[in-house]
Amino acid sequence: MATDEEPGSGGGVEAKKFLYVNRRAPYGTIYALESLEVVLIGAAFEQDVTLAFFDDGVFQLTKGQDTKALGVKNFSPTYNALGDYEVTKLYVEKESLSERGLTVNDLMAITYEDEDDDWAEKPSIHLVSRSELADIMAEQDVILSF
Amino acid sequence: MLHTVNKSPFEKSTLKSCLAHARDGDAVLLIEDAVYGAMKGTDAAGEIWPRKGRFAFFVLGPDLAARGLDPARLIDGFTVIDYEGFVDLVVEHDTTQSWL
Repeated sequence: MATDEEPGSGGGVEAKKFLYVNRRAPYGTIYALESLEVVLIGAAFEQDVTLAFFDDGVFQLTKGQDTKALGVKNFSPTYNALGDYEVTKLYVEKESLSERGLTVNDLMAITYEDEDDDWAEKPSIHLVSRSELADIMAEQDVILSF
Repeated sequence: MLHTVNKSPFEKSTLKSCLAHARDGDAVLLIEDAVYGAMKGTDAAGEIWPRKGRFAFFVLGPDLAARGLDPARLIDGFTVIDYEGFVDLVVEHDTTQSWL
């Protein structure tokens, strides 16, 4: 494979916009964990990554998850590592939160360090309306749904 | 009869169907993702609270904790049980129907 065709190499091919759609609750099925693992693996390809959380996907980001009594791994801390992989755009849908009796205060405060701004800590989670999310989806090149 | 439901009421209509088929005096236990249906102030709460007098509602504590759900925010009338309590409920009822 010619190296100047590799994504992110500066060889002339622009990074594609990848969207990961998360619509399912954590723990009841494996989708939430699988999605997160694909995002982390896919980070190696240096594309322009966005994560969307809506419908039951908003439950993946709730704080205070304690899985001891279930005997499975609590993978919610891993969302905090996304910034280190340059995944800094997490869109959470407002309507999905209110349908489920949640506010942004029920969610983990996920942040990243902006290397272009003296490593200032900034929030990765952005609340958007359903129609704003539809617009974001329309801009994407590749959409993976979980 | 004991009914168990394991899917989120926002994702599937299973809880709705279970409650439409259960009979007065039955026990209904929410486990796994269905525990979200036990929380106050959601669009799904309307399935539960009008029927509180008819059924005994239970919710599995370990599944609440795993999801970061605060028992203080449960709809009134739910009893939180652990896995031992789950076994007790099954033993107490002649039949268990697991709604998947």
